[in-house]
Amino acid sequence: MNYFPDEVIEHVFDFVTSHKDRNSISLVCKSWFKIERYSRQNVFIGNCYSISPERLLRRFPCFKSLTLKGKPHFADFNLVPHGWGGFVQPWIEALARSRVGLEELRLKRMVVTDEGLELLSRSFVNFKSLVLVSCEGFSTDGLASIASNCRHLRDLDLQENEIDDHRGQWLSCFPETCTSVVTLNFACLEGETNLVALERLVARSPNLRSLKLNRAVPLDALARLMACAPQIVDLGVGSYEDEQDSESCLKLQAAIRKCTSLRSLSGFLEAAPHCLSAFHPVCHNLTSLNLSYAAEIHGSHLIKLIEHCKKLQRLWILDSIGDKGLEVVASTCKELQELRVFPTDLHGGGNTAVTEDGLVAISAGCPKLHSILYFCQQMTNAALITVARNCPNFIRFRLCILEPHKPDHVTSQPLDEGFGAIVQACKNLKRLSVSGLLTDQVFLYIGMFATQLEMLSIAFAGDTDKGMLYVLNGCKKMRKLEIRDSPFGDAALLADVNKYETMRSLWMSSCEVTLGGCKRLARKAPWLNVEIINENDNNRMEENGYEGRQKVDKLYLYRTVVGTRVDAPPFVWIL
Amino acid sequence: MISELEMGKAESELELGLGLSLGGGTAAKIGKPGGGGAWGERGRLLTAKDFPSVGSKRAADSASHAGASPPRSSQVVGWPPIGSHRMNSLAAKSAREEEEAGKKKVKDDEPKDVNKKVQVGFIKVNMDGVAIGRKVDLNAHSSYENLAQTLEDMFFRGNPGTIGLTGQFTKPLRLLDGSSEFVLTYEDKEGDWMLVGDVPWRMFITSVKRLRVMKTSEANGLAARHQESNERQRK
Repeated sequence: MNYFPDEVIEHVFDFVTSHKDRNSISLVCKSWFKIERYSRQNVFIGNCYSISPERLLRRFPCFKSLTLKGKPHFADFNLVPHGWGGFVQPWIEALARSRVGLEELRLKRMVVTDEGLELLSRSFVNFKSLVLVSCEGFSTDGLASIASNCRHLRDLDLQENEIDDHRGQWLSCFPETCTSVVTLNFACLEGETNLVALERLVARSPNLRSLKLNRAVPLDALARLMACAPQIVDLGVGSYEDEQDSESCLKLQAAIRKCTSLRSLSGFLEAAPHCLSAFHPVCHNLTSLNLSYAAEIHGSHLIKLIEHCKKLQRLWILDSIGDKGLEVVASTCKELQELRVFPTDLHGGGNTAVTEDGLVAISAGCPKLHSILYFCQQMTNAALITVARNCPNFIRFRLCILEPHKPDHVTSQPLDEGFGAIVQACKNLKRLSVSGLLTDQVFLYIGMFATQLEMLSIAFAGDTDKGMLYVLNGCKKMRKLEIRDSPFGDAALLADVNKYETMRSLWMSSCEVTLGGCKRLARKAPWLNVEIINENDNNRMEENGYEGRQKVDKLYLYRTVVGTRVDAPPFVWIL
Repeated sequence: MISELEMGKAESELELGLGLSLGGGTAAKIGKPGGGGAWGERGRLLTAKDFPSVGSKRAADSASHAGASPPRSSQVVGWPPIGSHRMNSLAAKSAREEEEAGKKKVKDDEPKDVNKKVQVGFIKVNMDGVAIGRKVDLNAHSSYENLAQTLEDMFFRGNPGTIGLTGQFTKPLRLLDGSSEFVLTYEDKEGDWMLVGDVPWRMFITSVKRLRVMKTSEANGLAARHQESNERQRK
């Protein structure tokens, strides 16, 4: 390879797209490092505080696509206070100052502002794609800037963001000359939508493949939109509220029948049950169905819809479907790869909830299943052992038993053996979330068998530091470890400080780690940012005499090459 | 466990020199120089009484020091692990069911449980002059004083990292008694804007759709409208 000119090597590298592989390539030799640097198109930064924008630009001067993630995962569940960090502004500013021809920006759990969006829209002539997932801090004014200024906008994909909806005219900010839109997802917007502007935009976008509407789009508008865009592949129908208008329904049915490319369906936020039948003609083509927001639809109607979906690969649903419904899924959806079952009743005791039987049925009926997220009220070791035997191909296995510390409801034993069976059978398991009553034993199993595990979520589990140690010592590929309300303390935290260099981050909240332990860790590992998040105590931790022994509320540590961040709020103490 | 339950530790606002007292001065002050994130944001989740206090042990300890506002020691923050968008969706559904149960409307095929607890969920709060709104979880509050305290912490004691929410307002606030520059108003289910504080708390949380911290000068006439809509409600 050394005798080939750089251009040839670069051409070969073009075929290598995965980040891991490209990182590996760059380690081979200096020459490859250099070639790879200049040719890297897509940069992925899993923790925005692990590196600075300046260093990013020094290493990769020519990239076109940047993915940034900010807050830790538990921020989704309100465990990270407002203002903690994850600000994208410095990144946008640095990129704008440089000569990078940014075309795509993908952000997850970051704080975005209208000013930032405006700067973004004005700084990159070829900007094409904006994907924001679980972000916050901006309004529809920011969207208006993007619409107005990005001449070649292809994707505007807003997933589960907190957007201040000023009920403005952002949709009408797309110039009439803009015909390049491929993805338009604004399902998370709360306010009214300019329907006229929307229809005109859709009508002049022949490449539109993915359209996800928000709750404010009524049925007749939906029918018109679908009629304008029969090429649609991925549709989010918004609220889909039945207006008892038979003419609208007929128009909708006619429009739906023309959408022969439709493969993915979502929305139905306020759907009345009998409207679902309008979609039956296209169900046989669907590969992805997200009904997890369709809280208004009763199980039986969900089942009627799913019975038509023989090609389904991905299903997100509410537990109102029940075990019986999951049995229908198991017998109908033989191509199913990913299943998520969300709870409808958080107080417990719902009679339509799913149980271990539903999970077993799915595992028996769907041979291609590799990812599952399952919320339920009860579980047994026997069921999990059966699931493990049926489905040794899990890559992601997330089980959430709603009541913390709940044991096997038949034997009253901890669920150690059940999860143990899962990790032993599933040799490719990369992500695992455990729940229910669990002792240190389950972590012994995880450490022993989950050799490929990269992300582990632990809540209300374990007995002693040994539990956490089993995991840290055993799981060589661990990248993200997040623990809450479990009795792991300083001994586990400090046992192998170098382990954290191989991981992206560690989160521990309401555990037994003390301030003294965290300080010792920070001293031993200066290349880590050790953050203590303590909303109330703030600096009171220093004042009282028990400093060393005081328990830390929330600990978040991560490796970084740029040291302590400068944008931390007062309630974050970086040791 | 988390700050909401340690609100008994009244911290004086030395940094900003505020001597806040709300409605009588017995309400516990929540000292959060870092911004009212704990209360403010998205969510406190109601959960069962059958939670052992492993996680909430520290909370239970500090709960005993609580001031006037009783903390909810049965709440576990961030559990079950469901994102806030979903929580809101569930809360909205639950609120609708409660509303319909109250109006005695009959839907054919929906299971009904009138005794189900209302998951009120997160309510958007906007303030005049501030571009980006916030969300507050009404479940985590037990009185108007609580709520006002949270909102003040959120909008008037924001940390430097938050753009646009800090700064100019250093006067002590009395959102509820009409003596400050701002008043707290809310939009009810019928779309009317009313002054907060006129109806019993329980009634308020089932009828509030969103909140607005409004300039007092703009709030004229709200009281009068409140009378009219009250009469309308009694139809």
